[in-house]
Amino acid sequence: MVMRILTNIARFVASIIAASILVFVVLRLVPGDPAQIALGVDASPALLEAKRAEFGTDRPVLVQYFDWASGLPFGDFGTSYLSRQDISPMVLDKVQVSLILVLLAMILALVIAIPFGTFAAVRHNKVSGAVVSAVSQLGIAIPGFLAGLLLVIFFALKLGWFPSNGWTAPGVDFGEFLSRVALPVVALASVQAAILTRYVRSAVLEVMSEDYLRTARAKGLSPMKALFKHGLRNAAIPVITVTSVQLAALIIGAVVIERVFVIPGLGSMLLDAVGNRDMLTVQSVVMVLVGITLAINLIVDLLYTVVDPRIRKSA
Amino acid sequence: MTTSSITELRAKRSRRRNTNMLIGSVLVSLVVLAAVLSFIWTPYNPYEQFFAEKHQGSSLSHLMGTDRLGRDVFSNILYGARITLLVGLVAVGIALLVGTPLGILAGMKRGATEEVTMRFADILLAFPALLMAIMFAAVYGPGTVSAMVAIGIGSIPGFARIARSGTLQVMSTEYVQAARASSQPALRVAWRHVMPNIVGMVVVQSSVTFALAVLAEAALSFLGLGTQPPTASWGRMLQESQQYISINPMLVVWPGLAIAVAVMGFNLLGDGLRDRFDPKLNGERS
Repeated sequence: MVMRILTNIARFVASIIAASILVFVVLRLVPGDPAQIALGVDASPALLEAKRAEFGTDRPVLVQYFDWASGLPFGDFGTSYLSRQDISPMVLDKVQVSLILVLLAMILALVIAIPFGTFAAVRHNKVSGAVVSAVSQLGIAIPGFLAGLLLVIFFALKLGWFPSNGWTAPGVDFGEFLSRVALPVVALASVQAAILTRYVRSAVLEVMSEDYLRTARAKGLSPMKALFKHGLRNAAIPVITVTSVQLAALIIGAVVIERVFVIPGLGSMLLDAVGNRDMLTVQSVVMVLVGITLAINLIVDLLYTVVDPRIRKSA
Repeated sequence: MTTSSITELRAKRSRRRNTNMLIGSVLVSLVVLAAVLSFIWTPYNPYEQFFAEKHQGSSLSHLMGTDRLGRDVFSNILYGARITLLVGLVAVGIALLVGTPLGILAGMKRGATEEVTMRFADILLAFPALLMAIMFAAVYGPGTVSAMVAIGIGSIPGFARIARSGTLQVMSTEYVQAARASSQPALRVAWRHVMPNIVGMVVVQSSVTFALAVLAEAALSFLGLGTQPPTASWGRMLQESQQYISINPMLVVWPGLAIAVAVMGFNLLGDGLRDRFDPKLNGERS
């Protein structure tokens, strides 16, 4: 088991390194020179030279990579070429906002998906089960940002229940935070809830055809009792896998949602940086997003090793 | 289980498969029809502006009303179908042509080749299509071409994984082992034995990826990083309508509906095809 945990961690580190190389290579293919972008087209060669030295872009690419990558484990991303500010404190600030959004949305999605998915599985040959399946199919087809716009039209503009955009940190004014976070979280969660409902449904259906469930019935448990006592725990494993994959999707979904609701998270930071061609910031935010995704994968792998006796023994 | 109940079950399965396939095909056909129609006829020139007629509701002369510049929304929706299909086709094409051979290679060669290919796919998996597209937009500037290519690259791992697991299954069958024992060249084995067996899975993956590509393009254009004005794209229409949302909410509804129809169409088509191609799945799995 220790061996397995170590392998997982080693694989995580290797993936992070590979990802950082990929990010660096893709974003350094940029035709533009950061010094030129900062100073404008009319800058004199001498000025440009000085600026390149200041940015460190006059050094060999490999040196630049190691300079950037060696800071990553310590959360040091360097200084933005554009604002000349340290990137790390900004990232730290914004990542909290995005994580609050993502986690709340995932919790809401699971709270919706688990009961509805189970219901759809138990009633799979009844009309009510088919209705749940059809609604989830519709939910998948409506991207989060579209759901967000529709929510704004209805709940913010028509009914006036919630503000249509903006952000307040939970520590500043919790009530205000709740009213501002409600619509973006529902928008983010709706798609995920639809996707997860389908997975919960198929996981429960699979379990329902298992022999041990028939045995449980044979020893006298009611269908519901058999399912809750023996079935759901087994159905949980594939659902956990999908949840981790979807968590990564949510992080990217939040990028778009933040734009809809004007929320100052990582997504807004990334898009602003793309708009300004502030490449080092783009590079760093992308790396944070990818790092979070890989970290989630690692945590799930470790959880399996600890939770599932079959995996634990095989190592 | 008695024979009659099995027959009953089979009938039920095929009914379900047909509903998925049927609805999916109808919705996809609608999108294709819209795109084809846009080449032949649209009620108005989608880019022509009639300021006097801006922000109109639905009427006989403007089926879906007009936007902030007085452009006919219905004509723009028809034109937008072109971009949607183009992006989907190119992105799926790239992912299919790169991912499938990689997956087959990994499944046939095993060993180091497999390890390297699949690790590569794993790392690419941490870069969802949309993130890849945002990176490309940062480097090459926003546009339809960089969006298509990026979404395609982001979708490679899905095809590689499907193709590899399919190949692994086929490789253990006796007829493939016989073919290899009779020292047939690997390429011939791949073409004659592996491909026909995984083509179903690949088609299903294509349909599902198509839906994801449509979603990614819409999100990207909504962010202003995809299709650029004035070219009509559903995601860009949403972006433009965001600031007029209180005056004319229907400007959100129409392109939103178009996106939902396309995504649902390709998803349902994928579900229907999966039930048809994969005998192991019982039509219950969604």
